[in-house]
Amino acid sequence: MAQISLDEIAHSYLPYPKNDADYALKRIHNIWNDGGAYALLGPSGCGKTTLLNIISGLLKPSKGRVRFGETDVTDLPPEKRNIAQVFQFPVLYDTMTVFNNLAFPLKNRGFDNAYIKTRVKEIARILELETVLHKKAEGLGADAKQKISLGRGLVREDVAAILFDEPLTVIDPQLKWQLRCKLKEIHEQLKLTLIYVTHDQVEALTFADQIIVMYEGKIVQIGTPQELFEYPNHKFVGYFIGSPGMNFLPCTMENGRARVGKFHIPLDDRTAALGNRATGSLEMGIRPLYLKIHGQETAGSFQVPVQSVEDQGSYRVVALSFNDQTIRARIAENEPVPGSMAWVSFPEKWIRLFENDQLLK
Amino acid sequence: MKKWQDNKGWLFILPVFIIVAFSAIIPLMTVVNYSIQDIFGPGQRIFVGTEWFKETLTDPRLHEALWRQLLFSGLVLLIEMPLGIAIALTMPTKKGLGSSVCLVLIALPLLIPWNVIGTIWIIFTRPDIGLMGAFINNMGITFDHTASGLHAWITLMLMEVWHWTPLVILLAYAGLRSIPEAYYQAARIDGASAWAIFKYIQLPKMRGVLTIALLLRFMDSFLIYAEPFVLTGGGPGNATTFLSIYLVKIAVGQFDLGPAGAFSLIYFLIVLLFCYLFYQVLLNVGKGESS
Repeated sequence: MAQISLDEIAHSYLPYPKNDADYALKRIHNIWNDGGAYALLGPSGCGKTTLLNIISGLLKPSKGRVRFGETDVTDLPPEKRNIAQVFQFPVLYDTMTVFNNLAFPLKNRGFDNAYIKTRVKEIARILELETVLHKKAEGLGADAKQKISLGRGLVREDVAAILFDEPLTVIDPQLKWQLRCKLKEIHEQLKLTLIYVTHDQVEALTFADQIIVMYEGKIVQIGTPQELFEYPNHKFVGYFIGSPGMNFLPCTMENGRARVGKFHIPLDDRTAALGNRATGSLEMGIRPLYLKIHGQETAGSFQVPVQSVEDQGSYRVVALSFNDQTIRARIAENEPVPGSMAWVSFPEKWIRLFENDQLLK
Repeated sequence: MKKWQDNKGWLFILPVFIIVAFSAIIPLMTVVNYSIQDIFGPGQRIFVGTEWFKETLTDPRLHEALWRQLLFSGLVLLIEMPLGIAIALTMPTKKGLGSSVCLVLIALPLLIPWNVIGTIWIIFTRPDIGLMGAFINNMGITFDHTASGLHAWITLMLMEVWHWTPLVILLAYAGLRSIPEAYYQAARIDGASAWAIFKYIQLPKMRGVLTIALLLRFMDSFLIYAEPFVLTGGGPGNATTFLSIYLVKIAVGQFDLGPAGAFSLIYFLIVLLFCYLFYQVLLNVGKGESS
């Protein structure tokens, strides 16, 4: 077990990358702690899987070094690194039984049969696969198959980290939840480092203590779910986390207030000071959850037309036209929705300012 | 009215019935008809029952031809299947010019008409002017497929392997390409050797296409006619007189339509039986394994 350090990693799939755009991973410099549960979150094509494959050794980075603890593993093949990987689709050796599937990594490493037997039984117990141990792996359900893939990783005692590449994609929704719980349980039991790639924010938020948000080959933010929600480092994090995403309005600073067209929105002193210092293009952002909607005029609210109301089950999303831009507010199911006009106010506490897409702080 | 409406569905499968009837059932029934009669000429025929079947089944020359045929098909499968898989495994895996050129080159023998294949190899192995034949003879080894049965067999096997291994290669290659990359990645992480990857991933995943390859190659080689006919006409002696060559000798050479009909039916049943057995075995292979 060891911490994983990524030292100035960059990767391009082209043999001779010329500029930044040729790189799938731009510059990753990071240390991941031993025993942590990390989620790599980002849209398709942002480099999550590339980064995962670099850690597991399936890819050798164009630049930079990967270290597990003190050991430089950059040039080591996957079987020499102490990692296991679970793929998007269950990967099984169809012709083998579940037992032989689980025993395969140990057999390949030349362990003796008695040890293999006890170890496989132990893992099967943790994963609740005991009843199907002597069945063919081929005929099992997708969730059992994914458990076997996971088991092939867990069965090796030297495994320092398990990497997951969107492992729940093919699992039915109700089983997803069960498997996710199982993963958390295993994490707590075995204290392994888990790195989990996903583009599903719910999965990432429930699974991980630390979320690594990636965008266009870069890590834009690492933080707890709460940090990502309240202080998104980059506009992209604001969009990507939360449902619906953060509202952004281009603005200018005027007398300590943010001016959006004809509206002057008050800011708290700290935010105003940050805004006054900024020189680049400014935008203010606020989560839909924190926008306040009123049926009649209240202090510090602005009258705007209502565009639409969407019922999302446990909450509703109200779209408002604010200075000819659409902003969204999330309101509770039982809150009254105003008719064609509404008054909206921006609580100072939740307004964030972004300069050139970066959070001012 | 109602009943007529209910039966309309039959109209949709009627074309298939008609086509199958004309292409398979009616010709087959005429053979059955011949096989139970002795035919002297148009309008002169006697019903003989199972006479021809009894005669055919006890014909020693047919037995010889059958064993020859089984040996030939067995050798063909033993050489072509592993060779085809081995070549498919060494082919470039990435899409690009390399794999395209490989595929075209490998498919070339499949595009050549069967009688041309025979002629090519007759010329190629001729001891006086053939590139291969003259080369071997100049090294001091006598090689002449018209004089030696063994040499005729070697030439035939070369011809057959050269002509049809590409089919196995193409099918195996298609099977290999359909294996998702994740399997290889998982195997690397599991520390599997190249042999283990072949045994536990590649071979099981290729099972479907290999079954088809095996059936096609078995049927084709079991029905082989053109190559030995063009090469030596079944000789030297009877060395390459396979079932179909012997059958044509009876049917066309001696014009014994009755025995030829019985022979054809038996031949057909043998092929059917073997295909069924292969199919059943391959369908169940790997399913019975347990720790």
